[in-house]
Amino acid sequence: MNVVVCVKQIPDPAAPQSLDAENRLNRSGKLILDEADSYGVEVALRLVEAAGEGEVSLVSMGEATDVTGIRSALAMGAQRATVVADPLLKGADALTTAKVLAAVISRETPDLILAATESSDGYTGTLPVQLAQLLDLPALTFATSVVVEGDTVVVHRQTEAGYDEVAATLPAVVTVTAGVVEPRYATFKGIMAAKSRPVTVVSVADLGLDPRTLDPRQDIVAVETATTKSAGEKYVDDGEGAQRILAFLEQIKIVSGSAT
Amino acid sequence: MSISNLWVVAEPSGTDVTSTSKELVSEARRLGATVTAVSWGAQGASIAQIVGAFGAQRLVDLGDLGAVLPASVVAATLASLLKDESPDAVLIPASNDGRDIAGRVSALLDTPVLTNVTGLRVVDGLETEHPVFGGTQTVVARLRAPGPGLIVVRAKSFVAEGTASGGAERVRVAPTPPSTRAATIRASHVEERTGPALEDAAVVVSGGRGLGDAASYGMVEELARLLNGAPGASRAIVDAGWVPYSHQVGQTGKTVKPDLYIACGISGATQHMVGMKGASNIVAINKDPDAPIFAISDFGVVGDVHTVLPALISALKSRS
Repeated sequence: MNVVVCVKQIPDPAAPQSLDAENRLNRSGKLILDEADSYGVEVALRLVEAAGEGEVSLVSMGEATDVTGIRSALAMGAQRATVVADPLLKGADALTTAKVLAAVISRETPDLILAATESSDGYTGTLPVQLAQLLDLPALTFATSVVVEGDTVVVHRQTEAGYDEVAATLPAVVTVTAGVVEPRYATFKGIMAAKSRPVTVVSVADLGLDPRTLDPRQDIVAVETATTKSAGEKYVDDGEGAQRILAFLEQIKIVSGSAT
Repeated sequence: MSISNLWVVAEPSGTDVTSTSKELVSEARRLGATVTAVSWGAQGASIAQIVGAFGAQRLVDLGDLGAVLPASVVAATLASLLKDESPDAVLIPASNDGRDIAGRVSALLDTPVLTNVTGLRVVDGLETEHPVFGGTQTVVARLRAPGPGLIVVRAKSFVAEGTASGGAERVRVAPTPPSTRAATIRASHVEERTGPALEDAAVVVSGGRGLGDAASYGMVEELARLLNGAPGASRAIVDAGWVPYSHQVGQTGKTVKPDLYIACGISGATQHMVGMKGASNIVAINKDPDAPIFAISDFGVVGDVHTVLPALISALKSRS
């Protein structure tokens, strides 16, 4: 059982965020492993452990000057990582990213490709399915549970009303939601082992991709300050909090005035 | 250049289509376009009437797709149709299936997708509005590529308005078999839910991590019931397994625009705020005076949900 997990290093979502001079997310600060990706890494590790053989490898696209975030996924137990880093890829859209990751993955023959349903910085949420289409694989998306039975992967897929049990034969692409499993903490041994696990950095040329097929095809024409409502009254509760809320609900006519 | 021709992916839901699908058909008509809806399932006749009433001239009906996950078949068919007809754009609901369809069509036609769209502008072609940083800023984008733009639109970005027009012309199209192996739906599980639907409720009461434990969510449900509302949740407590995903409000959950939204123990992560900031009135209860949720609240109580909610519930009960 060989599983590839798509991971991404992103600016810490807890830190203040801004746009750069080209109106794209400013990525110049410290990058961390997208927490959303840690769930896919954990699912992959458990599937390989259950199969009793195989390996978990990582693929990523982005700057490779600091791969601390990638190393943290290796510390969880992934065996190796491939990072595509190339100035040609600055401003790449999701389809371009999918083409690049597909080029890496098609050099191997994984049984399963895992990704988060979406990244926590761009929230685009189309890349895994674009990747599946480029590799001509089934995509089982929004999974809250993933099991492999023989040559079939079975997931619980979130729906508006509950969930569907969805199955496909391997190989396949599966996207997992946060909360599908509890990601393990890296052990000291894992952190030490991760230092010597291979992180291979490759370029667009290494992958044999034609740079002309990778040009961004969308423009940001403006960034505007949105009209948001300003904060209303803030009351520090000293025992009257519930009554004050009730008074507000009366004022906006959600509840009728005092009955007594 | 004006907009002359728009297609809308109209996602079936029983004998109806989803409310986001109706919003998109309405908006496409308001932009002055000839509107083609694309749908599937066994209810084509009924759906032709519905999309027609919201402004579509034509329904492309793929018919019953059986037990397969629809995205690969719908995308293969759309991609082959879009090679013959070239609408200005395809508007797609930001649902699970909608996002899957958009991703596949994008790869099949080698055309990018614009996602998380909450507004459209006609300025020499189509421009799209994308909220960023919790909705404090709006990025306006446009596609440079030739060919139909693929635009994935969030729920409740537009108002669904019926028109006096009749049903749409129903054109049955045999689905294009996808090259990809199918993913098959083996079974569907529906979670029981009472009271108004979350996305339609006039009052939504939501709980977050500040509730402390799953059992405390009972207070949220009780307050929602007393206000004839629906209970909602932040992603944090859905991920923690306290409540089902169908309760989730936010970027990856439902978008709600109720008259009143009460956020209980929710700090106000960007992920959550984009799903509820359109509420007419927002009340927040949170221990942390600096919680971002207070910045968009009409009335905020800095306090403990474990004291404020029981008092509010008992006060409402004593009135009824």
